[in-house]
Amino acid sequence: MRFAGIVSIRLREDLLDPQGKAVMTGLEQLGFETVEDVRVGKQLRVVFEAKDGEEAMARLEEMCTKLLVNPVTEDYDTVVVAEGEPEPD
Amino acid sequence: MKAGIITFLGSNCDDDALYALGDVLGADASRVLYNENELPKLDLVVLPGGFSYGDYLRCGAIARFSPIMSAVKEFADAGGLVLGICNGFQILTEAGLLPGALTRNDCVEFRCKWVNIRVENNQTPFTGELSPGDVLRVPIAHTEGNYFDRPENIARLNEENRVVFRYCDEKGQVTPEANPNGSIENIAGILNEGGNVLGMMPHPERACEELLGSADGMRILRSIALYAVNRADA
Repeated sequence: MRFAGIVSIRLREDLLDPQGKAVMTGLEQLGFETVEDVRVGKQLRVVFEAKDGEEAMARLEEMCTKLLVNPVTEDYDTVVVAEGEPEPD
Repeated sequence: MKAGIITFLGSNCDDDALYALGDVLGADASRVLYNENELPKLDLVVLPGGFSYGDYLRCGAIARFSPIMSAVKEFADAGGLVLGICNGFQILTEAGLLPGALTRNDCVEFRCKWVNIRVENNQTPFTGELSPGDVLRVPIAHTEGNYFDRPENIARLNEENRVVFRYCDEKGQVTPEANPNGSIENIAGILNEGGNVLGMMPHPERACEELLGSADGMRILRSIALYAVNRADA
């Protein structure tokens, strides 16, 4: 079966996110005065074959720990969707 | 001393390192390409600065898959001297040869300027000709140079005297103002557990002649050469 693995990566909470701070300043300057915090992350979409959903999840997790995420600085969430099923926004 | 400078796709300080080690220091310095599988017989491997693989995913994250990196890892595991400068430091952390990570500068921007660094430990193969407290004037040029690791790991680095350089002011005072990128405890350079792998964000190879603004970087490169020669004689 073909799966899409969606990995959302962001800086760990205990790290200062200077990029997020810069974006927040921009939002404030545009009049969005109620913005309290912005953190910048990234999303990866990995398409791959696996036997079933369980194996797909395990494979994606392995990809995260071996390459996609640096656990020293980053946190992440994963979602696995089978081909043809609706993907999260 | 025989030094090999690794050229990755996107390295841009490899020629500077070749010039500083070869032309200025007089060492036998040569280039080793990223796609080679073996290192020649060397005393020192340099991972130079640059933007290997476009800094894709994370700085240094893709360079570790270059064929030559297996040989570099073997060389380091066998006690060979490895110096990672700037992007080279980032590659070493991503390859697991050094702890921690380099994250985005706290000022967000690319910082290209002269900084001062204080020598914290001279009992290393890289700093034998220096004294603790010496202040070196060397340039930095990076966006992701903000050294980070968990508090327990930083404590361990300190206990084991593995912080080799800290950003400081001209007088050698380690202050927040002298920290150009937000690095924890002003850390500018660290050693691995074995003491044979050094990663540093500042560029010693760019401070190789007074004409360029400082020759302080040569004090580091000369220390390495003297260590290598003594080691070879022993």
